Order: sequence, then structure tokens, then C-alpha cells
Amino acid sequence: MKLRRKVYMTAGYNTVSLGTGRMEFHPKKERPGIEHYIREAGQGTLSRIGGSKNVDESVIGNFMASRFNKQANLAAFIPYIDDGLLYKPAIRVEGACGTGGLSLVSGIRSVLAETAEVVLSLGVEVQNSVKAIYGADILAGAGWFRERKNGHAYFFPGQFSNRAGAYFEKFGREKTRRAFARWYRNAIENARLCPTAQEYHNTCRDLEALAMTEPNPKAFVDHLNVYDCSKVSDGASAIAIVSEEGLERIGIAKKDAVEIVCFAQIEGDITKQPADPTVLDTTKRVVEAAIQSAGISIHDLATIETHDCFTIAGILATEAIGFAKHGEGPDFVLEGNTARDGMIPFNTTGGLIGWGHPTGATGVHQAVTIWEQMTGCAGDAQIKITGEKPYGLTVNMGGDDKTLVAIIYKKS
Amino acid sequence: MNYADKFTNVTVLGAAGKMGSGILLLTAMEMTDLSLKPENRGKQFVINAVDVSSDALLGLMGYVRAQVLKAAEKKVVILRELYKERSDLIENGEIIGQYIDDVMLRIRPTLNLDTAFDSTLIFEAIKEDPKLKVQILSYINKNSKTIPWFFTNTSSIPIGELDADAGLGGKILGVHFYNPPAVQRLVEIIKGENTLDDLVNFAVMYSKNLRKVVVPSNDFAGFIGNGHFMRDALYGIREAEKLAEKRTLAHGIYMVNKITQDWLIRPMGIFQLIDYVGIDVCQYIMSVMDPYLPDEELHSELLDEMVTKQGISGGQNSDGSQKDGFLKYEKNRPVAVFDVKMKQYVPFSDIENECDDALGQPPASVKPWKSVIGEADKEDYFTRFFNEMKQTGSYGAELAMNYSNRSKEIGKKLVADGVAQNQEDVNAVLLTGFYHAYGPINNYLD
Repeated sequence: MKLRRKVYMTAGYNTVSLGTGRMEFHPKKERPGIEHYIREAGQGTLSRIGGSKNVDESVIGNFMASRFNKQANLAAFIPYIDDGLLYKPAIRVEGACGTGGLSLVSGIRSVLAETAEVVLSLGVEVQNSVKAIYGADILAGAGWFRERKNGHAYFFPGQFSNRAGAYFEKFGREKTRRAFARWYRNAIENARLCPTAQEYHNTCRDLEALAMTEPNPKAFVDHLNVYDCSKVSDGASAIAIVSEEGLERIGIAKKDAVEIVCFAQIEGDITKQPADPTVLDTTKRVVEAAIQSAGISIHDLATIETHDCFTIAGILATEAIGFAKHGEGPDFVLEGNTARDGMIPFNTTGGLIGWGHPTGATGVHQAVTIWEQMTGCAGDAQIKITGEKPYGLTVNMGGDDKTLVAIIYKKS
Repeated sequence: MNYADKFTNVTVLGAAGKMGSGILLLTAMEMTDLSLKPENRGKQFVINAVDVSSDALLGLMGYVRAQVLKAAEKKVVILRELYKERSDLIENGEIIGQYIDDVMLRIRPTLNLDTAFDSTLIFEAIKEDPKLKVQILSYINKNSKTIPWFFTNTSSIPIGELDADAGLGGKILGVHFYNPPAVQRLVEIIKGENTLDDLVNFAVMYSKNLRKVVVPSNDFAGFIGNGHFMRDALYGIREAEKLAEKRTLAHGIYMVNKITQDWLIRPMGIFQLIDYVGIDVCQYIMSVMDPYLPDEELHSELLDEMVTKQGISGGQNSDGSQKDGFLKYEKNRPVAVFDVKMKQYVPFSDIENECDDALGQPPASVKPWKSVIGEADKEDYFTRFFNEMKQTGSYGAELAMNYSNRSKEIGKKLVADGVAQNQEDVNAVLLTGFYHAYGPINNYLD
């Protein structure tokens, strides 16, 4: 199904994803607050689109600033980015870790509805304000609160550990764990090519050996170790969502933008457990909807940014997207298919495990990476995008496969 | 009486001190964990924190609260299980907060020694003064309303002596924690000649519940830990004094400290360790041990000189920072060494080139202790390292090998004299209690 008008994304910007792993991160030293990240990301995009005068609307995605930073009413920070945004429309959206995707979808809808030709879409999260053990409580808000009591101290690692355990039982532990380790290695090797990535400074020689560290259920969860988990990050990303007219207004050529072919956004029921923990059912449906709407096949995709909040989520995503049959995701990854030089490069700047996961920003970061790849400005992380496979896909997930956004992009 | 019942009423004597506060913290948490088990519901668990200083007791409660928070954050996975029946406690933060309250509610700070008359278990962590210990333990024992067990944290006084002099009838056991008890994994357990077996069995279970490494020591003054450390320290002092014959004592202290830290790859040099423990504490421990050692003299005039004449005793400030001793410290790092003759500190920069030249180059594979301690295959590393040292031929290598051999001799003598049951126990104490990267009894220089 074609969109009723052409929509593009351009002028993406990521701040550094700050947290453990980055050399400049010191837990005991004061760090920038949420307003700093909003401003930096916003100005990063504005500077490339001729300034705030060209922006009609803004949307800011954020998951839990109300708890992490004791700050709400985030739309009111938009004018803080630039005086030119004062008294212009802005909203805040939230969908747990799928927040960024919702920010993008909101912007796309404004352009489709013709209420805006140029939308500034941001995502931001500042999570290192609390220790991980308390951060786990805050992040657990992405799930149903009634289940928190019976959940693990580290709630979401616990949820995905359960998925991993079910997968081990059904399809085997050893190979699956090796696939986790390979996913981790791919993530870090990609992150090392991206200066804003949280794992950019990682110098570990044998990444797979490290990632094979046995899980320690006494201190963490049963089936995952810390290398299986995405980072705790402070960061923001921004991108401009524009119509054709908007592109002209901001003076950017189509070759420097990426076209939005279509999007799909669906919700699972947060009160329900997955029917089969070895399947990301909602992810499968949203990708199917997007691919069908685009009128392409997954084999037309050049690259994918998927939501690897945990290595198991990455493996399951290869199956949900359709590259591997149920139970064969580990083989698919171990054969090198998802590496940056593989058949279908995944997460070319590191994904959530390597680049980082500032929860409200991730979805926008995914779009920025696709835009960078498709317009040839990904720096050292650049992969080859050919005319044969001109499409990209982002899959942004909130909660345990509940809030899903899939967007298909095309090289202009 | 089962394990949990022994904790119905507990007293820690010297609770506000360095060791007492740690013992109080660990025991209060153990008692709270027991109280949360379904089978112990309704039982009382009270711990009296007895000290002579009211101000110190105030500080103690703040210390305990801060430490319980740290501990609770580390063991929140376990705490969620312990509090699983509490439907009102959902988030980690709520559970941690409740645990802190539950631990603090158990503690009763008091200046009144008589509170101990109700206790079935008494931890003694007061000053290392045999007469004072005997006086207090015997007073409690005579007036107790129950049958108290005494766990003494003495690091040097034979348990049998305390038992006999205080008339405790075998109800005393040495349970020697290392400093600080909250962090240090080692506990030495010392049975006196008449100590009842029940105390030993209980103490082992208690220590293991605290996830400590338990090493039995026989009842000889100093036990294993101080038995090795005091003699090792004396050797270091004497080596420094020998080196001073050709240079100054400041040079000698610098060189021996450097050898023991950098060439023997220890966490700190021997003089820095003496400063850390306290020059006065080392002097005192030696004076307590010495009467029990007819065949050797455990005494140093240099320690006397520093403490009595110079008024320099090392140890820590109340904020945990290192006080000046043999070495001067800036931000806890040694920067100068005390010159006894000049009665002032000489900056390292004034003497280090000369000393380092005299020592020569260490073996090529030398690494700092920090790098080595986490390595999986340390044995392989040290075999190579000491082989290289044997071939180095430098003066520093000679001093280091002599020091290592002497350290090994001290260890072996502890076994030969029956202080330690075996070489593994000696090594365990130095590895766990002193954070050495390798035990003193080894074959690296054979």
C-alpha cells in the first residue's frame, strides 16, 4: 500500500551513547542532564536543515524521564533546543523501548496528514542517573506492573532469560549460546567502527570467548550473562521527517535523504504472556505487515536495524523477520549471514548491544543508522548498498514484544 | 539448641571499633536473614552493640546502615526470595529499604555491659589486652542468666589462656576476622585445649553462612596470620637496618618496601602494610605474642622508636584515609619515607634513583600485583617470573629471593610448630587474608 504522499527522512544525528564501556564515563562524576541531550540532538539535526525556522512540528520520544530524571512534560523542552521552536507544536510519545519508533511514526503521520512538511523527530533517555538495580525497577515499567512482584530482580533480563531457557530446551543450549556469542561479537565489531557507540572503545581480543561466560543465576539471571544484554545508556537521536516540499524548503537533495516506503505499528496485549516464548509473534506480524505493504520481499533488504535488547531477541528476530525458520536462527547467525559482510548485515553500528540502548532514543537511532547507510555517510561503518537491494528495515520493540514499529526505507 | 536459636540474644563487645563494627554488621544481617525464614517466624533476634563511647555508637549506626544498603543491593536476588510473601514489597528499592529497616531494628546500641548477661552468644572485639579481656569475659560469665558462648576476635592471645584465666569452662573459641570484616573473606578459627566442640561446629556454620573462607589454626600466640606477618615484618625491618649500614635507614626502608611490593608482587610493600595495620598495633601484637615464644624474640626497637619517641603510629584516619607512618602518604599513595636521624620525611624523588639503580632491573616479565591477581593461571606466570629472577643476577633479585625464602621458612615453621595443620592452610591465610597472589610456601625458587 503506497503512502498517500512521499515522505523522507534526512539529517540524522546521534549523541554519544554514554555509559559503562565509554572511556569518558565516570559513574561518580556529574554527567549531562536530559536537557543537554535533547538540545544536542535537536541542534545536530537543525544545523543540517537550515535551522528551526524550517520546522513545523516536533515530536519527542522518551520512556521514563519521570522516574530516571524526575522530569515530565518533555515537549516543553523543544523550545529549549532553539528559540525558533518557541510556540510551535510539539508532543511527547511513549512506548517503552519502542518509543523512538513511535516518535518516527508520529512524525510520518503529521507529514501524511499535511499538518507539517518538516517534522523534527527526537528520542532521548538518560538512565545512568540510578544504579542498575534500581534502573531495573524503572525499566520493568515496560511490562505489566502486576507481574513485577514475581519477576526477577532484573526484570527484563529475567523475561528474556525465560525466552532463552525455553529456546534452549526446544532447540539446544550449546549452539544457541554460541550464536549469542557470535551476535555479541558482531555487535562489538560494528560498534568499533562508530565513534558514538558505547562499545567504541572496546579492545577485548576474544569477544566470543568473553560472551561464552557461563550465566550466574545467583547474581543475575538463569540463562543470560551480561554480554547478552544491551547497555544502560544516556543518549539522544534526532532526524528530520519531511515531505517533498519539505525537502525543498530545507535545501536537501533527495540523494541525501532516504524515502519512507511504508510503516507498520501494532500492539500486543501487555497483560498476556507470549503463547510461545521461542517466538516473537508481534514482531513477526509487524514485519509481515510492513513487507506486504511495501510490496517487496525480505531478500530485497540491504540491511536491517533490529531490536537486540538481548542476544536472544536478535536471534529470534532473524526468525520473526523470516530469514531463518523457527529454531534455525542460531545457524543463520553462526553462518555469518548477519555480520557486516554477510548476506544481510544487521545492526551495522552495533545495535542495542554494541551501540547502546537509551530506551526512548533507540528507534530514532535505528532510523539515523539506516539513513547514514543509504546516503553513504556512515563513515567507517559504511556497508555497500547496491541498486539490487535498495531497501532497509528498522524494527523497534517496546516491552517484551508488545509495542512494535517496523519501517521500510528506500535509497533515494 | 539449633543454629538459629543461638542468635536469640547476641552481644558484640567493642561494637563501635574497627573489627567490632564489621562483626556486628555481618551478624545482624545473618540474624535478619534467619528471621525471614518461615520456620523462624515469631522468634526474637536481638543484637546488643556494646561500647564505651556514646559518640562512637552514634557513628556505628550510620556505618551499619550504609553497609547494609551496599550488601542489600548486591544480594537483591536473594532478598526478593526472602520477601516473596510480602505482597506490599514489589520493587527492588522497596525490598532493599525494608531489609535495611529489619536489620537496624535488631540492633540495640548501649554503653551498659550488663546487657550481655542475657546473651547466649557474645562476640568479643575489644582492645588486644589480655587482662582486660579476662576481666570482662569473666564478669559476664559469672553474671550471665544463660549459658553464654564467647567468640573472641583476638589475633594473638592463646584461647586456652583466656579460657583458664576467665574460668569459662571451654565456652570460648577464637573466631578471628580480618580487617575489614565486611570485605575480608578469611576467618581463622582457633580452638583452645578445652573448647567445646559445639562452639567449633557452630562457628564453622556461621562463617560459611557469611561466605567466609574458614582456616583452622592451632592455639599458639599469633595463630597463622600474625604468626606469619609479625615475623615477616621483623625480617623486613632487619633487612632495612642492614641496608642502612651502607646508606641511610630511609634508603633501607624504601628499598625493602619496593622489593616486597614490586619484586615479590604483593599488594603493598611490607612497610606500607605495617603502616596500614598500625605501627603501634604491630608493636602491641608483638608484645602480646612475645611472652609465649621462649625460643625467639618478637620485638623491634625501630617500632618502639617510631611509636614512643617519634609519636608516629600509622593506621587510618576516621575517614579511612591512611595516616603517615614509616611512609608519608598523599591521597593514600606513599610519597616519602621517614628518616629517623633527621626526624623528617624524605621525598621519594630524593632517593629513588639511587635506590633503584642499586637494586637493578627486575625480571622482564614483572607485572604489578593488580594485573596478576585476576589472572586465571598465576602458577604458570610465577614459575616463569621466579625462574627469570634466578637468572637476573641483580642486587634486587638477591634481596627479593632472600625475602621470599625467609617468608617460606616462616610458613613452614608454622606447620612444624603445630600452629597450622598444613601448608595449604598457611597459604590460604596469606592468599585470602593478605591478598597475596601466591602462598609463601611454594617451589618457585627451588
